Amino acid sequence: MIAGDTVRSRRRRALLLLLAPVTLLLGVFFLVPLGIMVVYSVLEPGLYGGVEWTWYPFNYGRILGWPLNDYEEFDPIYLSIFLGSLKIACLTVLFSLLICYPAAFWVSRMGERRKNFVLFLITLPFFANLLVRIYAWLLLLRPTGFINTLLQGLGLIAQPLDMLFTSFAVVLGMVYIFTPFMFLPIYANVEKLDYSLVRASQDLGATPLQTFLRVILPLTAPGIVGGSIIVFIPALGNFIVPAFLGGSKVQMTGNLIERSFLQSRDWPFGAALALLIMASVVLVLMIQLTRAARTQTKGAV
Amino acid sequence: MGFLQIASAHKAYHTPEGAQVRALDDVTIDVRNNEFLTLLGPSGCGKTTLLKCIAGFEDLDGGDLLLEGRSLKGVPAHRRPFNTVFQNYALFPHMTIAQNIGYGLDVAGVRKPERDRRVGEALEMVGLSGFDSRRPAQLSGGQQQRVALARSLVLKPRVLLLDEPLSALDRKMRETMQIELKNLQHSVGITFIFVTHDQEEALAMSDRIAVLSNGRLQQIGRSTEVYDTPANEFVANFVGTSNLFTGRVTERNDRLLTIETANGRRLAARSDGFAVGDGVTLVLRPEHLRIAEPGEGGAGCTIEGTVKDAVFVGSIVHVHVDVGFGRTAILHHRHERAGASAAVAPGASVRIAYSPESVHLIAAAGG
Repeated sequence: MIAGDTVRSRRRRALLLLLAPVTLLLGVFFLVPLGIMVVYSVLEPGLYGGVEWTWYPFNYGRILGWPLNDYEEFDPIYLSIFLGSLKIACLTVLFSLLICYPAAFWVSRMGERRKNFVLFLITLPFFANLLVRIYAWLLLLRPTGFINTLLQGLGLIAQPLDMLFTSFAVVLGMVYIFTPFMFLPIYANVEKLDYSLVRASQDLGATPLQTFLRVILPLTAPGIVGGSIIVFIPALGNFIVPAFLGGSKVQMTGNLIERSFLQSRDWPFGAALALLIMASVVLVLMIQLTRAARTQTKGAV
Repeated sequence: MGFLQIASAHKAYHTPEGAQVRALDDVTIDVRNNEFLTLLGPSGCGKTTLLKCIAGFEDLDGGDLLLEGRSLKGVPAHRRPFNTVFQNYALFPHMTIAQNIGYGLDVAGVRKPERDRRVGEALEMVGLSGFDSRRPAQLSGGQQQRVALARSLVLKPRVLLLDEPLSALDRKMRETMQIELKNLQHSVGITFIFVTHDQEEALAMSDRIAVLSNGRLQQIGRSTEVYDTPANEFVANFVGTSNLFTGRVTERNDRLLTIETANGRRLAARSDGFAVGDGVTLVLRPEHLRIAEPGEGGAGCTIEGTVKDAVFVGSIVHVHVDVGFGRTAILHHRHERAGASAAVAPGASVRIAYSPESVHLIAAAGG
């Protein structure tokens, strides 16, 4: 008994010791800044940046519809930019899913050496700087860029296509950046899929479509959900891609936040925007968590 | 007859090194309706390949499969009236037991009242009533096995294909399931094609056994036929234990033959159909050999030797006897409770006796 207790307390101490660095890191560099953001988001903006220490809920009001009447007007532009960001993030998830899901099956059935090589290729973009890669798309998509020159040279189009600074360019750039993040969770899941289950389904008379819908899809759903969340969250707040490929025409909430902090120096407003994005992400995660919990309890019965 | 005909089936694989492996080499089997047929052979003999070709997961390179005279060429797996019980059971982990069993009925569009009734019957048939809402992971290996059986049988297939379904079970469970499977086959009246590498399992369960090796059919026949009259040395060694002696017939006296081996050993056997000069292999089963009493023994029906090992396995003792020329014979000696085992202690000189009637003779290949 005594020996057991000492072992247990020693284990607990070891655990605390192991957890201390990460706790400290998250505490100092995540929770404290988050707290500052929460506090700033309800303070009055200072005239030249910074904050006045007075209660001021109208940062949220400006976005959601209860502005300080005699001073500011409610501008639905912020809401529409937010909805636009949501749409772009969803499209990014959708298209990267459409690319990665079949690709994961393809790669998972390759030979060992080829598979490792392909997985290396998928992580290869991380070796190059993000800005350089985005610039490359700028060069590809602009009116005198590679794609337009090529298509014109082939005589397929008379006028250059207007691709740059469109939602298309932004979604394209985002899909390009986030594809590896979608691919890896799906691949990890597809790789584990027991192929004999597919055989069993065929054997029991299911058509290929029935096998896909009733066996393959439900069993790979965790990878799809995981990949979608990992892509959706950073896509919603991304500002580099819209800044370069969307120009001034396609704005996302990320750009708005960046401008609030760095250009108009309205810190409380930027903080409020950032927290609203975070709230929507947390909402999505909560929905997913409750769903996962429900399927788990269903499984345990 | 002609229920399910496997007509000179051929199938070859290419290894990654480019070599060609013949998985099936001119295999012809006439599967009868309602029989329990076992495909028996060591790993790599082609038995699983044949099963996959019947199920429709793979195509034959040559030959044909005919179900009641109609070719199954080009018929995909999901349209063949056959169902498979997989080695690892392949139960759907995301479905309940009832959903697993109902799967084939669901995809076939069977209405809910009938589906539920048939699922209930299938559960009852395998003794798992009340398990409907459990998940496969919550069941033992034997129970999962039964679910896999029920999932296939609920569809009333023409043929049930079983791919080493008992290999993952422990010995006791396996023996129970052997009897259950056999009884189940009788009660449902469906043809079972059972693949195994375990010859005891094959002997215990089958109506007929097809022995395969290197992609070729070695012998097909009733269990007792295959055991008592193996067609060649491979079958003699693979099905049960055999002591084999190869030689040439030197004398023939009515039906009593004298066979002389290359080492000059002279052995007697009683058989028809061999003449002086024929090359033959004698098959002596361990249970037909016994330790001779002192002074006993007819000419040619004894082998001198020294006991090397005596392995006690329960009701009998496996006695390994060094009979010279680097050969070891194995005989089954009845175990007795007290003493009496001194005769089979390692190092003891013994004479092995057999009756010439118990010898099975195989014509030597090419002889």
